[in-house]
Amino acid sequence: MRTIILIILILAVGYTVYANFSKDSPEKVVIGKKAPNFVLQDLNGEKHTLSDYEGKGVMLNFWATWCEPCQIEMPYMNNVYEEYKEKGVHIIAVNIGESEVVVNEFANRLKLQFPILIDSKSEVSDVYKVGNLPITYLIDKDGNVVASHPGIMKSEEMVRELLEKIIP
Amino acid sequence: MNKMKCECGHVNPAGTALCESCGNPLDDSIKQQVLDMRYEGSARRSQTYNKTIIDKIWNFFSSVKVAIWLIVITLIVSALGTIFPQELYIPKTMTPAEYYEQQYGVLGKLYYELGFHNLYSSWWYLLLIGLIGISLVICSIDRAVPLYKALKKQRVTRHESFLKRQRLFSITDEEQLTDKDLTKLIENLKKRRYTIREENGNILAEKGRFSRWGPYVGHIGLIIFLIAAMLRFVPGMYVDEYLWIREGETLVIPGTNGEYYLENKDFILEVYDKEEDKQFSEALDKVGMVAKNFQSDVVLYKKADDSLPGEEAKLEKVKEFSIRVNEPLKFDRFALYQSDYRLNEWKSLTYSLISKKTKKEYGKIEIDLLNPEKTYDLKNGYSVKILAYFPDFIFDEKGQPTTKSKVPNNPAFVFKVTTPETPDGETSFVAIQQTIEPFTDNKYELVLEDIKTNDLTGLTVRKDLTLPLFFVGGIIFMIGLVQGSFWFHRRIWVQRINNQIWMAAHTNKNWHGFNKEIETVLADTGINVPDDQLKEEKQ
Repeated sequence: MRTIILIILILAVGYTVYANFSKDSPEKVVIGKKAPNFVLQDLNGEKHTLSDYEGKGVMLNFWATWCEPCQIEMPYMNNVYEEYKEKGVHIIAVNIGESEVVVNEFANRLKLQFPILIDSKSEVSDVYKVGNLPITYLIDKDGNVVASHPGIMKSEEMVRELLEKIIP
Repeated sequence: MNKMKCECGHVNPAGTALCESCGNPLDDSIKQQVLDMRYEGSARRSQTYNKTIIDKIWNFFSSVKVAIWLIVITLIVSALGTIFPQELYIPKTMTPAEYYEQQYGVLGKLYYELGFHNLYSSWWYLLLIGLIGISLVICSIDRAVPLYKALKKQRVTRHESFLKRQRLFSITDEEQLTDKDLTKLIENLKKRRYTIREENGNILAEKGRFSRWGPYVGHIGLIIFLIAAMLRFVPGMYVDEYLWIREGETLVIPGTNGEYYLENKDFILEVYDKEEDKQFSEALDKVGMVAKNFQSDVVLYKKADDSLPGEEAKLEKVKEFSIRVNEPLKFDRFALYQSDYRLNEWKSLTYSLISKKTKKEYGKIEIDLLNPEKTYDLKNGYSVKILAYFPDFIFDEKGQPTTKSKVPNNPAFVFKVTTPETPDGETSFVAIQQTIEPFTDNKYELVLEDIKTNDLTGLTVRKDLTLPLFFVGGIIFMIGLVQGSFWFHRRIWVQRINNQIWMAAHTNKNWHGFNKEIETVLADTGINVPDDQLKEEKQ
């Protein structure tokens, strides 16, 4: 009898602690689970749906022009973009709700080649639990979130290292 | 361990101190003159077994000492969590690690590294609360169950040594008494609302036994309270989010899984007016502006298709509402509360294109600061192109113009103006206070004509299905408290032994009141008023 009571109590406490760490609704991003799907337009007005990239690795980078570390890591990603695209890993940058004029000027100045999507209402950022910028998610060929990298990617090597993880 | 058989024939569970039935002390080592009546001397599991791991865990949690330590530790830790703000409340402009160190120095760094910045949802804080819950349950079960059994099994006729060793005890020679005296006593007891049980001429008068369950009822209330707190972590039970929304904007309401959208039509801040509210004019003279009303006129929409995040959703209008302080918009168990506002955020700037020489105007452009156009065509060969836009403009360390945020606090533009006179275009950098013409003296300039502003409203999004359970827990806790505090468990035993009338009495609290009551009950009966043996001991 006491054993049963103890087990029930420990289960209840265990569940609470566990639930606290997965308390976001299932629609939000969870490492190890399927990446939430979304649709956003890039600077050329082309629609990108995440599920269209199934079969390929995706590095999903959330950024803004006013975020300094984002500016620093952009060229690193840009330099390796073409090389890894051939290996089947795409880099997609999602801008947090800035106007097209601002993002366009920034992209032109840095000659960014990868698609830049604008999350004008921050809906996708919300689903991907974006707080501090930048944050980068790694999604494998099956559409599962393998890892997240909050903060700056300090070097080109670091970008490569992350990209290597999701080569199909 | 074996069961313990008492002289009276009752078989008690191992570890019993006083026979459940007759009260005879089973343990010869009990030496004190007055018996310890706590939990009726019943066998508590925690005091009896200490062999298996289960025993040891059980014993640990059944200790009130442990419970008090857990509560003290939790109190201290909770207090520590309020020294610096929690992570939730710090600005998101830098990483928490940097913020705490910059703001609060070494202590801040320590605070962050020890995890106090996220204390109230950290696993070990929850574990502490959980342990308190476990201790609460086990302490209660360990005491309440044997106590209940002992009180249920108690017999009217008690063992001599049980009676003798009660705190209140008296002996009266039977010769002094008549039969009427005992009848009178029973009558008196009944008047005082005692329940009387008789057995072979022995009497047990008892009242207020249910007061003994007060503490346990209280604990049940607390446990329900803790369960309610636990339920807040179950998805869908509790939502506490925040929504900033500009006038004219339609945004998804956080916490609703993208199901509901809200449009802010207008934010209204009304202040008391000296003319209109004459009765307050004196007070208003003293303190200046006083807000009268904060109001957001909103429209609630429900998503009507399966569109993905980021996609334009098909929205169905649910209702229009004016959210005011204490008048939240309620829908589908959610409530939106008016919490904050920001007035006069810049929305758009209007410039006119003017020839410097002739001062002639060639048209106006209105630039939406949240979403400017790339090019503004003014017809007849005149056009303005935005080459760069910095909504919150500053110069960075390298002297390059850049933006601090996406909020248009200090907008600045690089314009390229094309006219029939200047087909190659003239470039100028235009900020609010200054205009820089980097290459040549331009022939045309853009002059700021008008600024339009917009208000933002800050709404709290709240859903709480656990609240009723908190109420139930709280009410049960109060019932337990009242039950245990305002009633007393009083028992009086009267027994005929060797031509004497022995009388013993016990209560769980308020001995003074009990003494008074016994005196009243014994009036005109000839039975001696019991002495307080504890008082005698002291003397």
